Amino acid sequence: MSTGVSKINLNVTGLSREVYKGSATTLCAGCGHNSITNHLIKALYEYGVEPHRLAKMSGIGCSSKTPAYFVDQAHGFNGVHGRMPSAATGAKLANRDLLVLGISGDGDTASIGLGQYCHLIRRNLDMTYIVEDNGCYGLTKGQFSATADLGSVLKNGKVNEFETIDVCGLAIELGATFVARSFSGDGKQLVPLLQAAFAHSGTAVLDVISPCVTFNDHEGSTKSYAYVKEHDYVLHSADFILGRGEIEVEYEPGSVQDIELADGSHVMLRKLDRAYDATDRIGALRAVHEARGRGELVTGLLYVNPASEDLCERENVPRQPLKDFGEADLRIGRAEWAKLMESFA
Amino acid sequence: MATGEKIVNDLTIRAATVNGSGSQSSNLVLTHALFRLGIPVAPKNVFPSNIEGLPTWYDVRLSPQGYKCRSGAIDIVVALNAATWHDDVASVRPGGAIIHESAYPVSGATLRTDITYYAVPFGELAKKHVAQGSLRKYLVNMIYVGVLAELLGIPSEAIEAAVREQFRRKPSAVETNLAAVRVGVEYAQTHLEKRDPYCVEPMTGRTEGSILLDGNRAAALGCVMAGCTVLAWYPITPSTSLCESFISYCDRFRADPATGERKAAIVQAEDELAAIGMVLGAGWAGARAMTATSGPGLSLMAEYAGFGYYAELPGVIFDVQRAGPSTGLPTRTLQGDVAFAYTLSHGDTKHIVLLPATVEEAYEFGMDAFDLAERFQTPVFVLSDLDLGMNVWMAQPLAYPDRPFDRGKVLTAAELERVESWGRYADPDGDGIPYRTLPGTPSAKAGYFTRGSGHDEFARYSESAEVFARNLDRLARKHETARLAVPQPSIDESGRATAILAYGTTHHAVVEARDRLRAAGLEVDYLRVRALPFSPEVAAFVARHERVYVVDQNRDGQLYGLLRTDLPAADAARLQSIRHYNGVPIDAAVIAEPLLEAERSLATPA
Ligand SMILES: Cc1ncc(C[n+]2csc(CCOP(=O)(O)OP(=O)(O)O)c2C)c(N)n1
Ligand code: SF4
Repeated sequence: MSTGVSKINLNVTGLSREVYKGSATTLCAGCGHNSITNHLIKALYEYGVEPHRLAKMSGIGCSSKTPAYFVDQAHGFNGVHGRMPSAATGAKLANRDLLVLGISGDGDTASIGLGQYCHLIRRNLDMTYIVEDNGCYGLTKGQFSATADLGSVLKNGKVNEFETIDVCGLAIELGATFVARSFSGDGKQLVPLLQAAFAHSGTAVLDVISPCVTFNDHEGSTKSYAYVKEHDYVLHSADFILGRGEIEVEYEPGSVQDIELADGSHVMLRKLDRAYDATDRIGALRAVHEARGRGELVTGLLYVNPASEDLCERENVPRQPLKDFGEADLRIGRAEWAKLMESFA
Repeated sequence: MATGEKIVNDLTIRAATVNGSGSQSSNLVLTHALFRLGIPVAPKNVFPSNIEGLPTWYDVRLSPQGYKCRSGAIDIVVALNAATWHDDVASVRPGGAIIHESAYPVSGATLRTDITYYAVPFGELAKKHVAQGSLRKYLVNMIYVGVLAELLGIPSEAIEAAVREQFRRKPSAVETNLAAVRVGVEYAQTHLEKRDPYCVEPMTGRTEGSILLDGNRAAALGCVMAGCTVLAWYPITPSTSLCESFISYCDRFRADPATGERKAAIVQAEDELAAIGMVLGAGWAGARAMTATSGPGLSLMAEYAGFGYYAELPGVIFDVQRAGPSTGLPTRTLQGDVAFAYTLSHGDTKHIVLLPATVEEAYEFGMDAFDLAERFQTPVFVLSDLDLGMNVWMAQPLAYPDRPFDRGKVLTAAELERVESWGRYADPDGDGIPYRTLPGTPSAKAGYFTRGSGHDEFARYSESAEVFARNLDRLARKHETARLAVPQPSIDESGRATAILAYGTTHHAVVEARDRLRAAGLEVDYLRVRALPFSPEVAAFVARHERVYVVDQNRDGQLYGLLRTDLPAADAARLQSIRHYNGVPIDAAVIAEPLLEAERSLATPA
């Protein structure tokens, strides 16, 4: 180009990858959450999110701190423990133009925040909801969370006596319209899943196993790097294709599931498990249960309903952001007002 | 019984019925008919926490002076609940009357010699004259309207107009109800001999131009006119009708029939933790948002309320107070949340709290709350109560708003272009109020990180001791600024030594109490607090008086306590506390009697 500026490193929005970075992480070196942050930066950059349209929501925990570590220019909302879904709901209702991205932990979601998590899914608010799942409370120094697996062992030798809450299984049961599970160490799988989540209209849940190197990465833990690598049952590798362009990918018939998402993008699932259909809700539930029975983690896009209708659509919330309406739009007119007052006389 | 002077337009009528028996329509017909005659009415619904079966009472007070508080005495009881028959007989003031189902026994404790009994075979009359079985239980209530009309002399045209108004959406019901009224009238004409002193006569000059409206509906209209677009709520008595009214007004006035779109987002949240989260999320993103609740819900909102205060997010929370602690008496009234709401949340939190007393203020403060919330970037609490919210009051027609929304200090993309940098929590104007930006503002400079953890002027994470204290000091400065921005006290003063200080619905009892005190030879000044933080005028007023009686509708004298911490010690010493806390709306005697006694004991040293 005549200006001499190479466009090679700019995304569809014309922004460089730098723009998608945030302040330096203050988490432990090696923490799975840091890897997720890096995958998010890549996913957001490639997807071409306009930073001012991004609303980064989170609760409380090491995981919930991470929105400070990407897309500095975007607004962030680091709320209270377990209550991010409600704040995200308010923000989206106020302004439908926002791309709402929530980051939570397994304690934030499955312990203190279980109620809001369930009701968020039930309402199908259009947002991406990431559970950075390490099976423990990192920030309060390693207690079990409700996603800890039965029999998993803490560093101090304590054994978890309780059944796990599987946030994916629960989400599917609740009627979630997009449910995926992945691993912080598998960017190749996670990045396209994130992008598919952005493109989805409705609540997109991603349970990302994200080892806590400080409190839950030892022998006996079922959320350690080693355990996850060994027991990851990968359903498919995913490709995300942005926009409404023609899709020209060669594939052996039956080996790829091509799903068109709400914004016209596609997610292509290259099946490793040939029989798996990511639009089959009951099949998804079965896969989650069977994998748990085998002591495995099933990862990939577990379930998606591409025809999902989100809360704003169902509630007839105007396209124009509610925040932008003025007196003339919102007040009762003078003549109607006079009639109303007469009716009270 | 000897009938002395006639008592005209100055009585309280109580209908004692069973909850779920449909007496509400009859009570409203009676109220509206009296109101149409020009007689000031003040109804109070004393209802149980129950859908069907428990006792309920509806009192309508008539007074030539237009008093709006409870009178404290019942002149005529309509007894239609066998379960409360004993208590209802006992509740009639000496010289009063009781109209009762003739099947109820009048003997022993229920046989009083100082009241008039009017026995009416309501059940039989209904059986004989009301054909439809399912309607019978409702129409019994219309029969008592007829009996009352005949005994008190309410003209039939007034009753008829009120019936037509009551059933304007169901014209087919008008005739059946009027027929039932006539059954009562005719029975009274042929069987009852008037032996009590009470009667009503048309009046002029008191009700013309007035409306009858409940505080919750007025508050909902305030929210509509304030441009509230997000409502997140969880049902709880007595706040439910505020939300439901808001919803119905949005359906009626904000919906576009062509597209089905409605310029409001309404979510019935899973609980109050979520309701306030949604409100603050919406406020953060730039919409005017509100929730309404009562004590138990307010308790659940505590954590996010402190977040809103510290992260500086607008939101409006209506607390229609009921009698606590805990579930308490959920259908009775109290001003029990004042101290709690003012400092709701942990740490050094203090909020702006508005204290409406009237239907007009429920509406106006409903509007003001949104302006204040955005101007001060903070949650604003409107503390109404069950008495104001759920009872129907005589009021002036609500005035059309005369000013645009005040959206506060919000920087646009264009404004951001003109500045080098801006600090979300800086105080460039010295009033403690920072500038904010909204998500979605198309500028690379707009974004900031909202957090409940320590932050500096630029919204950066900070654990610095100096930064933390500096921020708390600025928030305190903002609170000081609010003292003059919130609704200022209303003052009626002419240099007397003694004064009453009250707030909220206590106002109506103060009005009557001052008349009674005047009649007893004691003139008192009066200040009504309309918001927290206290205006400087409150301190000045107290300093100008020797004794100030602070009236609270709660056991612990909550506003009295807040005043004592706010005022200089010398002025705090001038305060005395009068408290009322049984769940029944306060009446004038509760204020006038102890006040008079205290003042007299000062005048006559022992
Ligand atoms: C109401 C409340 N209770 C307790 C805490 C203390 N707390 C902070 S973080 C946390 C657990 C976070 O665990 P998780 O969500 O799994 O996040 P992680 O730190 O593991 O990423 C707890 C209990 C709090 N901040 N708020
Ligand atoms: S404590 Fe665990 S979760 Fe928290 S930052 Fe360290 S490694 Fe990550």
